[in-house]
Amino acid sequence: MSVLVNKNSRVIVQGFTGSEGTFHAGQMIEYGTNVVGGVTPAKGGTEHLGRPVFNTVQEAVQKTGADVSIIFVPPAFAADAIMEAADAGIKVIIAITEGIPVKDMMIAKKYIKSKDVVLVGPNCPGVITPGEAKVGIMPGFVFKKGKVGVVSKSGTLTYEAADQIVKAGLGVSTAIGIGGDPIIGTPTKEAVELLMNDPETEAIVMIGEIGGNYEPVAARWIKETGNKKPVVGFIAGQTAPPGRRMGHAGAIIGGADDTAAAKMKIMRECGIHVVESPADIGETVLKVLKK
Amino acid sequence: MNIHEYQGKEILRKYGVAIQRGIVADNPEAALQAAKELHAETGTQWFVIKSQIHAGGRGKGVIKETGSKGVVLAKSLAEVPEKVKAILGGTLVTHQTGPDGKVVNKVLIAEDVYYPGEADPKEYYMSILLDRSKGIPVIMASTEGGVNIEEVAETHPEKIVKEWIDPTIGLQAFQARKVAFAMGWEGNAFKEGVKFIQSLYNAYIGLDASMFEINPLLKTSDNKILAVDSKVNLDDNALYRHKDLAELRDLTEEDPLEVEAGKAGLNYVKLDGNVGCMVNGAGLAMATMDIIKLSGGEPANFLDVGGGANAETVEAGFRIILKDPNVKAILINIFGGIVRCDRVANGVVEAYKKIGNISVPIIVRLQGTNAEEGAKIIEQSGLKVYSAIVLKDAAMKVKEVLA
Repeated sequence: MSVLVNKNSRVIVQGFTGSEGTFHAGQMIEYGTNVVGGVTPAKGGTEHLGRPVFNTVQEAVQKTGADVSIIFVPPAFAADAIMEAADAGIKVIIAITEGIPVKDMMIAKKYIKSKDVVLVGPNCPGVITPGEAKVGIMPGFVFKKGKVGVVSKSGTLTYEAADQIVKAGLGVSTAIGIGGDPIIGTPTKEAVELLMNDPETEAIVMIGEIGGNYEPVAARWIKETGNKKPVVGFIAGQTAPPGRRMGHAGAIIGGADDTAAAKMKIMRECGIHVVESPADIGETVLKVLKK
Repeated sequence: MNIHEYQGKEILRKYGVAIQRGIVADNPEAALQAAKELHAETGTQWFVIKSQIHAGGRGKGVIKETGSKGVVLAKSLAEVPEKVKAILGGTLVTHQTGPDGKVVNKVLIAEDVYYPGEADPKEYYMSILLDRSKGIPVIMASTEGGVNIEEVAETHPEKIVKEWIDPTIGLQAFQARKVAFAMGWEGNAFKEGVKFIQSLYNAYIGLDASMFEINPLLKTSDNKILAVDSKVNLDDNALYRHKDLAELRDLTEEDPLEVEAGKAGLNYVKLDGNVGCMVNGAGLAMATMDIIKLSGGEPANFLDVGGGANAETVEAGFRIILKDPNVKAILINIFGGIVRCDRVANGVVEAYKKIGNISVPIIVRLQGTNAEEGAKIIEQSGLKVYSAIVLKDAAMKVKEVLA
């Protein structure tokens, strides 16, 4: 078991023939991900990286049985690509694209609500189930198979956490990069819930940032459902000034409730093992698993 | 992106949002001319002179050099040039600008809308913004206007009404009526209020705004509804489809180092600390700032060099960070995934040699692909650069060089 993606996932790449799509699709194939094809409008019928290219997601799904799509489409067209994938019956959409206008994402999120689909991202590194499937842009070698689930808003901080987990002698069940935008498909709580329900995951690392209320919502849910698995938490941006956007579109302190300090306090009250230094993630996971 | 009050009002007017009329000026003569035009157009006898800076609290703020308030009233045409002189070119300090304040380069000459009449004028609050937890826009309105809305939210949350809007079908008339009734508007004010809310929402969607705040929103003594102030915040990610709005950006309102970094394609935010940092990825960059603090320093900046950290980006980053005189040490923290650490290390050495006399200690932490090779390159370079692989060691090194 694992969540969202595994060795049976049949993956297509939207924005397949662009430079980002080409590079990362190549890396995913090398990793062993079952990439069954790609979509680039008006390039249907050709072949790319030894895989078929289709004009529409619908055609790709019909011809390849794809159930997962990863999106590298440029920001101006990415929300449309998300809706196209949902309409075609894709079950898991992973949107890597950074810089999608908020208005477009409001519409896309509303649109996919009525469909049987999970959207991860946008503005995320993707999802990896080590040894089975890498559907994202993360360096695969950092992630070794194991029992710790990772949920994170940030890319390189996810790699950092995975690296520490592996160096502590543990491994990762599935790492979910949920994305750093103000509107994302799978907020922290939903991602944590997937891992709580995954029998192979024994502990969870939850990495958040300033801005929004996803982490407190997740923390309260974890407490209400009885803290079934130990959770180690970190919030980046303890030193970030209010009102300034720190790189990610969603990483901005809007009020007293979305500071790192406020989030960490709620997480602690909900029984989460909060670390103040991101250097302590690996050790702390080891400690809570030994208890 | 933030824009000035006068720019925000002008844009809102194009969408049919009723606003307090005003004309912008950058010298006392132009201000007098503006006041004359305004008098001819609206009949106003009094003129409100409003400093145009990107910060709130202007009315209570004070001009350092002259002692004038940031917003003043001229009760005749003759008073206008003199009062403008006391503001223009001065440094306005408000609770939002910090003690350094901001230089006022422009003033808005606005009509007086608080004239006496059958009823007292009354101030309200209205905003439209993204409700991040629901992923849709929300209209917030309150009968408590002209004050800090966060205080109202704390002391009288019941005095703030919220109306969420389904962005796929847009604002419905009944929703606008609900808000207007909640404000207690009647007769002409109700009619104008409903139209105001609808126009404001159309502008919000049409402009790809991320936040509108109208505070105060005024009901005049003759029962009209209009925006006296406007705070307009636009979605940076959508500016590509609003070229005209992108031109409204006022670079003099921004930190010069941030402007320079932006030109080099770097995501940089200037802070007040003593340890500069250069990191790949926004989350890791914030985490690195936190580590600096935990090691006894204060972060001097946020800097995300993005995925492809190479010699050019590292050099550009160095140059920006070194322009900040407060910087006593620099921590470079790169997690090499796709980008290889040995290449980043070579980039650091190359940039270091190119810049020459760097007098502050530099700690380079490279982890990920080819981390060992990267560390070796740094150590053998003969430069005054410390290397680390594990994040903990990097934190310790920061502590050492600050001691």
